[in-house]
Amino acid sequence: MSSAPALVASGISKSFRAVQALDDVSIELHHGRVTALLGDNGAGKSTLVKCISGLYQPDAGHIFVQGTEHRISSSRHARELGIETVHQTLSVIDPLDVAENLFLNREHTRGGWLGARIGLLDKRRMRQECASTLARLDIRIPSLRRSVGSLSGGQRQAVAIGRAVAWGQQIVLLDEPAAALGVEQTQRVLDLIVNLRDQGVAVLLITHNMDRVLAVCDQAVVLYQGRKCAEVNVADVTKDDLVSYITGARGTG
Amino acid sequence: MIRKSISKQASAGLPSPVEAWIDRYRHNGGLRQYVVYLAFALILATFSIILHDDGFLSSSNLLNIGRQAAPIAVMAVGMAFALAAGEIDLSVGSVVALSSLVAAEIVGNHGFLAGALAALGASALVGIVNGLITVKVRIPSFLVTLGMLGIISGIARNWNDLQSLPIRNDRFSGIFGAGGLGPVSSLLIWIVVVGILGHFALHHLRWGRHVLSTGADRDAANAAGINTARVKISALVVSATAAGFAGILLAGRLSIGRHDLGEDYLLTVIAAVVIGGTNLFGGRASILGAVTGALIMAMLNNGLILMGLEVADQLIARGVIIILAVALSMREAKET
Repeated sequence: MSSAPALVASGISKSFRAVQALDDVSIELHHGRVTALLGDNGAGKSTLVKCISGLYQPDAGHIFVQGTEHRISSSRHARELGIETVHQTLSVIDPLDVAENLFLNREHTRGGWLGARIGLLDKRRMRQECASTLARLDIRIPSLRRSVGSLSGGQRQAVAIGRAVAWGQQIVLLDEPAAALGVEQTQRVLDLIVNLRDQGVAVLLITHNMDRVLAVCDQAVVLYQGRKCAEVNVADVTKDDLVSYITGARGTG
Repeated sequence: MIRKSISKQASAGLPSPVEAWIDRYRHNGGLRQYVVYLAFALILATFSIILHDDGFLSSSNLLNIGRQAAPIAVMAVGMAFALAAGEIDLSVGSVVALSSLVAAEIVGNHGFLAGALAALGASALVGIVNGLITVKVRIPSFLVTLGMLGIISGIARNWNDLQSLPIRNDRFSGIFGAGGLGPVSSLLIWIVVVGILGHFALHHLRWGRHVLSTGADRDAANAAGINTARVKISALVVSATAAGFAGILLAGRLSIGRHDLGEDYLLTVIAAVVIGGTNLFGGRASILGAVTGALIMAMLNNGLILMGLEVADQLIARGVIIILAVALSMREAKET
């Protein structure tokens, strides 16, 4: 557990015109741990995630990935560094099937050089690798050839998360992954998060649901009005503690 | 509850190909994804009975329908890609005329191949301009291509002062419309070739998947790193080039280039594509459906004429049938 952090963001500040969205916020993500990012609406959670995933450039601060400092210039750059983000709105393509979604824009081609030039898809290979990836993550989908649009919300979310980690990504940022899901489906997604953790992935989970935090998270970082107001081990706190940090009633500094 | 559903899925194991097909059939829209083929069979059967004595089923009449369908089918395949990418191309009719004129101009001095390539090149150029303006200036393709329709129609009218340009090249005419392989008209062969090419590109090329992704959810496609601007431009280029090829087929069949070829094809083409199961607003496309839709449109045209309907009544009957067919195929889009 004392290995080097997968990701360190230190002293991150970001403002939009007059609004200071983030003020000197630091956060560490560790391999094999789930970190909750908590805060009320407008506390700066999404801004922080966007700074880490390359969508925003922070005004100040440093980001270290696996110990090396990087200026993350785009979401593509973040992905190359092993950081994958699953946004609140599902990033799956409904008319494509499960395997096609998993390999979207990273398709395998066949037919050698010419096949690669024209983009001739190697569907069989993609399906096989998709099946083994989903099996590794214990994700069950009735048929890989079904369009994702015909799957349940939980299954779709599982495909989105599966895509995030299918590429050996070591850092996964999840923005309210269970926001629109029912009880049973939510449980499946939480199981999946635990599964990622057990495989050594560093997970950042944004959520409003305290029960989920207590269920799967190891530590929690709480933002209040753009500042970090608390950083705690989840085992040491109660639900009420977390809520009081979020509402700004209390802070650990 | 959780355990139960998991064990149920797990015990199913690997599905057999038949089970897999049934599963996809059920969950990808069921019977309604085949509406266009049922409509085709229904209309064919109806005309066969009503128009039996008028020779509807004679080989010469069926060939006629195929010939009429060819340019519509080729344009429909191109339009399906534009719609799949979430765009629309209203300039296709004018591109048909432009292409026929360019072909007629070049074929005479430089041969049939140069003529065809020049016509396709000019058409592709129109598509590039359509795409660049749509993507870079961020004007909806609906408006860009509407403007382009006017511009290209004007150019076509000025080209030879509304006069047709003759094409006197047997090879050009033979390959693109008038000739054939034995008893099979080259136009029918072109329908099959273009249909297969389109289907293959949509389902087996990375580009086809990216076109569909871009039309279904541009933000998600962007997030996956797809260059959606380039995808949209390429889809409009394909639609314009297909229209250009339809122009070549018309020029070949009639042995002329003329400013009004393809003029009234636009709505027929869009109807064919949408009846075929392509979503007017992107993200869902069927190439075989579009080709079948084109055959339906040609068959309607032919059958209504054989029935002896006045032009005015033909228009009304065709309009009603199109609305019915589109309504049927749109229901699927809402429910899935």
